[in-house]
Amino acid sequence: MTLFQRFFAGLVALFAAAPVMAQEGGIDAAVNEAFAGATGWFVNFIFAPIPGTNFAWIVAWLVIAASVFTLYFGFIQFRVWRHSLHLVAGKYSDPNDAGEVSHFQALATALSGTVGLGNIAGVAVAVSIGGAGATFWMILAGLLGMASKFTECTLGVKYRNEYPDGTVSGGPMYYITKGFAERGVPGGKFIAVMFAIFCVLGSLGGGNMFQANQAHQQIAGIVGEFPGWITGVVFAAIVFAVIVGGLKSIARVTEKVVPIMGILYVGVALLILIMNADSIGWAFGQIINGAFTGNGIVGGMIGALIQGFRRAAFSNEAGVGSAAIAHSAVRTKEPITEGFVSLLEPFIDTVVICTMTALVIIITGQLLTDPETGLYILTEGGQVATATGATGVGLTSAAFGAAMPWFPYLLAVAVVLFAFSTMISWAYYGLKAWTYLFGEGQTTELVFKCIFCVFVIIGAAASLGPVIDFSDAAIFAMAIFNIIGLYVLMPVVKRELESYLARLESGEIRRFK
Amino acid sequence: MTGKIIVAVDGSEAGARAMAHAHARAKGLGASLLVVHVLEWSPYTFLTPEELEERHARRKQELARAEEAIISPLITRYDGQGVGLESAIRYGHVVETICDIAEKQGAIEIVTGRTGNSGMMSRVFGSVAGTLAQVAPVPCTIVP
Repeated sequence: MTLFQRFFAGLVALFAAAPVMAQEGGIDAAVNEAFAGATGWFVNFIFAPIPGTNFAWIVAWLVIAASVFTLYFGFIQFRVWRHSLHLVAGKYSDPNDAGEVSHFQALATALSGTVGLGNIAGVAVAVSIGGAGATFWMILAGLLGMASKFTECTLGVKYRNEYPDGTVSGGPMYYITKGFAERGVPGGKFIAVMFAIFCVLGSLGGGNMFQANQAHQQIAGIVGEFPGWITGVVFAAIVFAVIVGGLKSIARVTEKVVPIMGILYVGVALLILIMNADSIGWAFGQIINGAFTGNGIVGGMIGALIQGFRRAAFSNEAGVGSAAIAHSAVRTKEPITEGFVSLLEPFIDTVVICTMTALVIIITGQLLTDPETGLYILTEGGQVATATGATGVGLTSAAFGAAMPWFPYLLAVAVVLFAFSTMISWAYYGLKAWTYLFGEGQTTELVFKCIFCVFVIIGAAASLGPVIDFSDAAIFAMAIFNIIGLYVLMPVVKRELESYLARLESGEIRRFK
Repeated sequence: MTGKIIVAVDGSEAGARAMAHAHARAKGLGASLLVVHVLEWSPYTFLTPEELEERHARRKQELARAEEAIISPLITRYDGQGVGLESAIRYGHVVETICDIAEKQGAIEIVTGRTGNSGMMSRVFGSVAGTLAQVAPVPCTIVP
């Protein structure tokens, strides 16, 4: 407790010093500049184009992996989805195991880590840079990503660590270490460590700064402009109370409200689509047409494709490895069942929710086109000009607001809650990677949690550009190492899959209800 | 011995009275007694990642605590008094789980205490005893 108090006192001192620093010349600007300067090289490396093209190699890496897994497992995402739904509904759960983590709970927790700003702000970024066509590639990436998610979550359960006290730790760092050793492949430890390093960075980037940043923009959009660090400090204090102070009640409330918000969001989007039912055909036309021509966006078809794939990966995290950490807590005799359940995630996240957002933005006419040529009007920065000039979450807000003027207020609440629940999930993922690197123990854990809180403030203060670049880069860097692991270990998953499906066929695996 | 009587207990005074009543009845009928405690649990609630991680350990603790605080005092007290005693601790929706056990075990009767939330709570959400009386697949005795 004394350690806790000491850190808390430190944090309070930091907050107290902040206004002084702000008076000395714009804390936001200083944070922004320092941050962009410090992370620029890393971002450039991750998003370096394949020589001779403008196609970022990392996006190709993810798409190729998702396609390989899709083919290798024989289009698993289309073969087992019915069985996946049965598993989630508990039809195959042994009643004697009641009281353990259910498939539904693991799915819900993993989803609350992924559904959030990627679906609201990320999609807006995708269509404002890549045009309506980006949506098509986003949906395709979501469908392919289901196979990546299936592979990683099966491995997450299969190779997790179980401790004598009954708790479990799982995720890519564990399956890469153990799986490589089991198959006699060298280098497992190195790849696992690299994954863990980038997982820590990813948790600070996309899982933290991006969330704080967009939450601040939403709040500022409602109450008027004010310095970002103020939102940052408030958020940091709440996150601190939850992850360090163990204030579980806040986390629990969020976990309950977030699914309701998610359903409400999809419900309102559906309502807007029904109100504009006559334009849905036109919107899909825009999406399909834009997907293959670009409709005048910078980079044409490839530009739309990159944006679609990039934002889909950022939203559903398939191939990134984060979901494997959350899913590994499920108590099941068959690790493959967790893979079946997890493949629903990219579908719900990307194919359903992201597409809803994109359709609403397109249908409400937010993307401005030249009436003569039918091509998008571009801004100086090379983005598609929008009706209100907004990008990111502001664009989504404007699109929903155009149909339902009260919605931006609800969206602001939803964004703040989504941001918060994503932060809590990523604080956990980051912590797991951190303890893998530095060992478990109260002090090491506390150090990470404090670093995490500091990054909340930085994220809220920095401007969107550098934050989104770094967030993407760190999360994609996780995928580099995770996917190497998945390639090496995919035969293990295939064995499990064939054995399970054979037993399901023969009736050895039976339904309980 | 003919038949089996299920007694649902929750560690309360009324539960103890239900146990006394069920024991006397079982003795009179020559039946055996199955002492059941159900921990309220839904597989469709939302948990944080930490709660997922700790769930298995928590479950073990909860089972041990229920065994120690609720089941074993009753078993110790009524053991060796001429009635066959068994016990079970389950997770699930309390009423559904009790009814499920009654059907599977072919019980002849369910005995439970009239406890639980009083006043507003039970008016809004209903009580275990009240619901059990309505849906039990076998005769149900509620002990005040």
